[in-house]
Amino acid sequence: MDFVNALILLLNYIFVPALAYGSQLAIGAIFVTLIYGILRFANFATGDMMSFGTMVAVLFTWYFQSIGLSLGFLPTALLAIPFAILFMAFYMLIIDKFVFKYYRLNKSPPVQLAMVSIGVMFVTQAVVRIIIGPSDRRFFDGEKFLIRANEFKEMTGLNEGLAIKSTQVITIVVTLILVSTLFWFLNKTKTGKSMRAYSDNEDLALLSGIDPKKIVMITWIIAAILATIGGVLYGLDKSFKPFTYFNNMLPIFAAAIVGGIGNPFGAFLGGYVIAFSEILLTYAYKKFFMYVLPESMEPDGLIQLLSTDYKFAVSFSILVIVLLYRPSGIFKGKIL
Amino acid sequence: MRKNLNVIAAYSIMMGLIILVGIFQSWNIALSIFNLCLISAVMTMGANIQWGYAGLINFGIMGFTALGGLAAVLISVNPVQEAWSAGGTNILLSLFLIIGIVLTVRFVLKKYQKSKVRNYIIAAIIISGIIIIRLVSEPGIEAIEEVNPARTGFLGGLGLPIIFSWIVGAFFAGGLAFVIGKVALGLRADYLAIATLLISEIVIAIIKHEDWLTRGVKNVIGLKRPAPYEVNLQETEWFINLVEKFNSGKLALISDLSERQAALNQFVIEGSSVFVKLCYSGLFLVVVIILLILTQKALYSPWGRMMRAIRDNEEAANAMGKNVVKQHLLIFVLGSAIVGIAGAMLVTQDGLFTPGSYRPLRYTFLIWVMVIVGGSGNNFGAILGGFVVWFLWIEAAPIGLYLVNLTTAGLEDTHFLKVHLIESVPYFRFLMMGIGLLLIMRYRPKGILPEKIEIK
Repeated sequence: MDFVNALILLLNYIFVPALAYGSQLAIGAIFVTLIYGILRFANFATGDMMSFGTMVAVLFTWYFQSIGLSLGFLPTALLAIPFAILFMAFYMLIIDKFVFKYYRLNKSPPVQLAMVSIGVMFVTQAVVRIIIGPSDRRFFDGEKFLIRANEFKEMTGLNEGLAIKSTQVITIVVTLILVSTLFWFLNKTKTGKSMRAYSDNEDLALLSGIDPKKIVMITWIIAAILATIGGVLYGLDKSFKPFTYFNNMLPIFAAAIVGGIGNPFGAFLGGYVIAFSEILLTYAYKKFFMYVLPESMEPDGLIQLLSTDYKFAVSFSILVIVLLYRPSGIFKGKIL
Repeated sequence: MRKNLNVIAAYSIMMGLIILVGIFQSWNIALSIFNLCLISAVMTMGANIQWGYAGLINFGIMGFTALGGLAAVLISVNPVQEAWSAGGTNILLSLFLIIGIVLTVRFVLKKYQKSKVRNYIIAAIIISGIIIIRLVSEPGIEAIEEVNPARTGFLGGLGLPIIFSWIVGAFFAGGLAFVIGKVALGLRADYLAIATLLISEIVIAIIKHEDWLTRGVKNVIGLKRPAPYEVNLQETEWFINLVEKFNSGKLALISDLSERQAALNQFVIEGSSVFVKLCYSGLFLVVVIILLILTQKALYSPWGRMMRAIRDNEEAANAMGKNVVKQHLLIFVLGSAIVGIAGAMLVTQDGLFTPGSYRPLRYTFLIWVMVIVGGSGNNFGAILGGFVVWFLWIEAAPIGLYLVNLTTAGLEDTHFLKVHLIESVPYFRFLMMGIGLLLIMRYRPKGILPEKIEIK
C-alpha cells in the first residue's frame, strides 16, 4: 500500500505537472525551431509573440463571457483561440512584411535578424502592455478539477490524493492533437515536404520550383497557430502576465536547443526533457522516502537536490552541458 | 577638426538636451540622467569592445553587471564577525573543496585521453563533489543566515572604501567571462547569444538565492559612499556659504529675515543633493575618460587592427598565424570586465544592492540597443548610444504623456480611451526603443556615428 501511495505522490507532484508544463514548453520550442529552420534566425521575440496571441484570446474570452457564450465545463478561452489565431497570423505577416522581409531578401547574417527580432520584441511588449496592461490576469472558467484530491482519496482509500486539473488534461490533449497534425502536415503533404526541403537546402529547393514566398507565409501562419495555442494553454494553466511570458522565452530556447534546433520532433521532446529535469531536480523527496523506506531509515532533511529557486537554472545548466558535448542537440538538429 | 564635426555636433546636441531637462524639469533629474548615461556609456563600451571590435555577441551583460554589484557589496560592507564565527569555517572549507574539484577535473582532463570513461569519471567527480560541498556548507549557511536575519544574516564584506570595488568588480566579471569564454566561445554567433543569456540568468539565480553571500532578495542597503552625505553637507559651514553665494541674487530679493532663512534652507537642501550627484558625475567622468583613452589607443594599435582582421575574416586571420581562439577569449574577458566596472559603479551610485532588480530587458537588451543605435565599432558612437538611449528611456514617459494629450485633445478627460492611454504611458518607452532600433537597423545599420577606419 505504501508503495502505491509513493507512486501516487510522484504522479501528483511530478509527473502530471511536468507533463503539462513540458507540453507548453514543447509548443514554444517547436515555434522557435520552425522559425530557426526556415527563416534562419533565433527569434528573441518568442515570448512576447506568445503573449500577444494570448492577449487577443483573453480579450475575445472576455467578450464571449460578456455576451454569455460559454462551453459549459470547458473554458471559454478554447472558443476564442481560432479568432486569436486569425489576429495573430495577421500580426505576424505584417511584422514580416515591414521588418523581416527586407533582411531576408538582402540575405543578412542571422545575427542581424536576431537583433531585429529584439526590436520586434520591444514593440510587441509595448503593444501588449499598452492594450491590456502588465498585471496578472486569470481568464480560466469552467470546471477546475477533473479529479479532486479528496474525491480520489475516498474513491481509492489511499492516503495520498491525486488532483488532476482540467487545464492539465486540456493542455496535454491539445498539444498531442496539434503536434501530431503538424508532423502529419510536415511529413505527408506537399507543402510540408517543400518546407522541409527549403529548410534543408534553400538553393536546391528554389531550383526545384518551390515558391519561397509561399513557404515563408505558411511558416508564419503555423508559427501564429503555435504561439497562440502555446500561450493560451500556459495562461489557462497558470495565468496571463506579459512579464512571465517574456521570461518563458528562456526555458523555451533551452528546450529547442536541447532537442536540436531546427528539428521539430527534437524540440517537442526537448520541452519534456527540460520540464521533467526542472521538476525532478527541485522536488523534495522526503515524503516519497517516508513511504518507500522502512520507518527506521526515515530521512531527516527534505532530500531536495536543489532548492526550487534554481528551477530555471537547472534547465539552463542542462542546456550548457548539451551545448558543450553535443552542440547539435540530443536529437541532431537542423533538418526540418 | 572637420572630420570630427559630426561627433562634436552629436555630443553638443546631447548635452544641450540634458541641460534643457535641467532648466525645464530640475537639475536633480538632469544630473541623475547624466550619471546613469555615464554608467550606461561604460557598459556600452564593454559591449562595443566585444561586438564592434571582435564580432562576439554577448547577451550576458546582465550577469556581469550583477557581479560588479556583488563586488561593491563584498568590498564595502563591514564584515559580520558573528556570522564568520558561526559558519565561516564551513564556507571556507567548501571554497577549498570547489578549488579541489576544479583542480582534479583539470588533472583528469590533462592526464587521460578523450574517451567515454573520462567523461564518466569527470561527471562522478563533480557530482560527488557537489554532494560533499552541500553536506559541508549546509550547517554553515544555516548558522550564518540565523545571525540577526533582519539586519545581516550574511557574511558581510571587507569593510574597505567602495571605490576599490570598481576594480574588484572588473576582476569578478573578467573571471566569469574567462570561464564562459572557455566553454562557449566556440559556438556559432546565435548559439553564443542564447548561451550567454542563459548563463547570466544562472548567475542572477545564484546571487538572488544565496542569502549567506548577498542577503538575496532581502537586499543590502546603506552601502558606504565615496561622496559626502546630504545630511552632513546641510550642516557644514562652507557648503551653506557656497549655496548662499550662488543664490545671492535670488536671496537679495527677499527682504524678510526669517523668510530669507527659510529660502536659504530650501536652497541648501536642493543644493546638497545636486552637489552629491555632481561628485558622482566627476568620478564617473574620470572612469569614462580613462576607458575611452584606453579603448581608442587599443583600437588604433596593431592589436586593434588584428582584432578587426579576425572579425572580418576569421579564417584569413588564422592563416596569417593569429591565434583566433586566444584573442577571442582575451577580448571577451576585457569587455566583460568593463561591464563589471559599470555594475560596481551602478551599485555605488544607488547605495543599495537589489538582486531582484536585475532583469535581462534592462541590463542586456537595452545595452544592446544602445550599442546598435550609437554605432558599433566606434567608441564615440557607443558612448553616444548610451546617452541617447538612456535619455529617451527616462524621458519617454513625459514625451509619451505629451503625445497622448496631443492626440486625444478632442476627447473628454474621463473618456475611457484617454484614461487608459494615460495609465499606460510608462510602456511607451518600450515602443520607442523598439521602433528606434528597427528604424536604425533598417536605414542606418551602422548606427548614428558609424565606424570609420582610418590608418594613422
